[in-house]
Amino acid sequence: MNEKKQILEGSNAIAQVIKTIAPDVISAYPITPQTHIVEDLAKFKADGESDYEFVRAESEFAAASIVAGASAAGARVYTATSSQGLLLMTEVVYNIAGMRLPVVMTCANRAVSAPINIWNDQQDVHAVTHAGWIMFFAENHQEAVDQHVMAFKIAEQLKIPVMINVDGFVLTHTYEPVIIPSAEKIKKYLPSYKPKIGEYLDPKNPVTLGAFATPADYMEIREDLHNDLMDSKEVILREYEQFKKIFKMSDNKRQVTVALAKKIKGIFDNGLLEYYGPSNAKTVLVAMGSVVGTVKDVADEVNKKSLFPGGKIGVLKIKTFRPFPEKEIAQILSKAKHIAVIDKAISLGHAGPLAMEVKSTLQGKTMANVRSFVLGLGGRDISKEMIGRVIKDMKQKENKVKFIGR
Amino acid sequence: MQQIRIHGRGGQGVVTAAELIAIAAFKEGKIAQAFPSFGVERTGAPIEAFARIDDEKIRLREQVNNPNVLIIQDSTLIGNVDLLRGAKEDTIVIVNTSKKEKTVPLTKGKGGIIPEENIYTVDATKIALKILGKNIVNTTILGAFAKATHLVSLDSLKEAIEEKFKEKGADLIKKNIKAVEEAYKFEDLRLNIKKLALQKHEN
Repeated sequence: MNEKKQILEGSNAIAQVIKTIAPDVISAYPITPQTHIVEDLAKFKADGESDYEFVRAESEFAAASIVAGASAAGARVYTATSSQGLLLMTEVVYNIAGMRLPVVMTCANRAVSAPINIWNDQQDVHAVTHAGWIMFFAENHQEAVDQHVMAFKIAEQLKIPVMINVDGFVLTHTYEPVIIPSAEKIKKYLPSYKPKIGEYLDPKNPVTLGAFATPADYMEIREDLHNDLMDSKEVILREYEQFKKIFKMSDNKRQVTVALAKKIKGIFDNGLLEYYGPSNAKTVLVAMGSVVGTVKDVADEVNKKSLFPGGKIGVLKIKTFRPFPEKEIAQILSKAKHIAVIDKAISLGHAGPLAMEVKSTLQGKTMANVRSFVLGLGGRDISKEMIGRVIKDMKQKENKVKFIGR
Repeated sequence: MQQIRIHGRGGQGVVTAAELIAIAAFKEGKIAQAFPSFGVERTGAPIEAFARIDDEKIRLREQVNNPNVLIIQDSTLIGNVDLLRGAKEDTIVIVNTSKKEKTVPLTKGKGGIIPEENIYTVDATKIALKILGKNIVNTTILGAFAKATHLVSLDSLKEAIEEKFKEKGADLIKKNIKAVEEAYKFEDLRLNIKKLALQKHEN
C-alpha cells in the first residue's frame, strides 16, 4: 500500500492505524471525545474491511474487562476511552497492569466531573498514572499514530499495558496532514502477537492470572512490576530508534523532517522526550501533549526577537510520563535556572501533576526554580498570549501553583 | 499563515466548512488545519470553527484569535456575537446576507473596523434554497470565500466536497458543487484584486 500524506481527523487517523495493526479483539463504549475513534473502528468491521472481533460493551467497566479477558486468552487487543469512562475502568486498569496483560488503550483526554464538562484537559489520565501502565502523550496526529504502532510492540514484548494520550477535541477532532504507515511496514516492525505457553489462558496448559497474593508475596510482585516499568525505558528508546529506521528512512517526507530537525541546533529527540531550543537554555518550559505546539511557536517568537531578558527559551516535551524519564530530564534541565511546567491538570490540594514530577526529579540535582502553571482546564483555549504570561511570571520566586485561565 | 474563522449556528455545518477549506488547501499542496470551537453544539447556538493554511508545518493549537478571513454564515449573529474579535482592518469578511445594510455594524466608521471594500456579501441562503432545497449554506458560501480570498481554488474546493461527502451520495455532491459554483459567480464582487492582501493563488 502506498504511504502518502493525507489530511485526516485525528480520531480517523488513530482508527486507521489500529485497523492496519489489526488487533484480534476491540471492545469499547462510546464517550465524547473518544467516540469517533470507535465509531470508525465499528464501521470498518461492519463494512467488511476488518476482521477483528468488535465487542459492543454495556459500559467502560465491561469494555476494559472484555479486552482484559481477551488479552489473557492470548489475543492482541485494543480499547479507547475518555474521562468518566476511564474512571469507571479504573479497577480493571489496575488489574490489567497487575496481570501483565499487553492491552493498548487510547485515552482521548477530557476533563472529569463535577461540574460535568466534555472538553479537553488531562485530569482523567492523572487519576490512573500510578496503575502500572506505560503512558505516552502525543503532540500531533503523526506522533499519536506512530506511538500507537510502537505501543503494541512495547506492550507485547514486555507484557506491560500501554496507554496513548491524545488531547480530546484538540487532536481527536482536528484535521491535519498525517501519514498512516502501510500494512507492509507495520508487519515488518510489529510481528504478530504469539504469547508463549504459560503466558495465557489455555485449557491444555492451565495457568492462573492475577492470583491471590498474601503479605508474603504481594510486595515483591509489585516491586517486580515497578522494576520492569523502570527498565521499559530502554525498550522504549530502542523501539523508537527502530521505528524511525523502518518508517522514516524509507519515506521521503519524513526524511525531510528528520534532516531539517538535525540542521536545527538544539533539537534532541527520543522515545521519552523531545527538547526544542538552544542548548543549555537558562529558561525552559516543560509540557506534554498538544499544547507543546503552541509553546514551541511562542518560544520561537520570543527567541527570534530576543524578547525575553533572561535569554533564549527552551521547550521540553515529555512524551513518556510513565516510566518517568528522570535521568534524561535532569540532564536536559541541569543548566536551567528557571523552569515553568505547564499542566492541563491539577492534583487538587497540591500542584500540577507534571510539575510535581519535575520538582521531585530535580530534587538535590539543581537549584532551579520550578514553577507550576495550570492552563486549559475543561477545554479553556490556551492562547499564545497565555504562554507569554507564563514566561513573564516564571521568574517569580513563588511556590504556589498558578492558574492562567483568562 | 492564513487564519480563517467561521461563525454560524449549530446545525449549519460550520465545522464541515472549516474542514472543507483545510482539505481544499491540502489538495493544493499546502499544510492545513481545521478544528471546531468545542462549544456546545446545540442547534441554533452561535458556534465557531477554524482553519489555518500555511506552507510550513502548523504547530499552533490556539483558536483563531487573529483572523485574516472571517466567514459569517448567519447574518443574525451580527450585533449579537463579537464577530470582529481580533480582526484587523485588512481582515476579509464574507457575510451571507441579501441585505448589504446588515453589515453596517462591521463597517469602519459605522461601528465596526472593516473597510467597506473588504466586506463581501453573498446571498448564500437564496442559492442554497434554490439548489439544495434547504438553508444549509456552509458549502455555498465557500464559493464566495474562494473567489474573494483566492486562498483555495474552485477546483480544489470541488475536490474537497467530493472527498468529504463521498458517503453522502453523488446527488448531494453534485448539488453542493453546483451551489459552490453559483456562489463563486456572486455579483457583489467589487474585486479589486490588487487591493487584496490575500491574493496568492491563481485560479
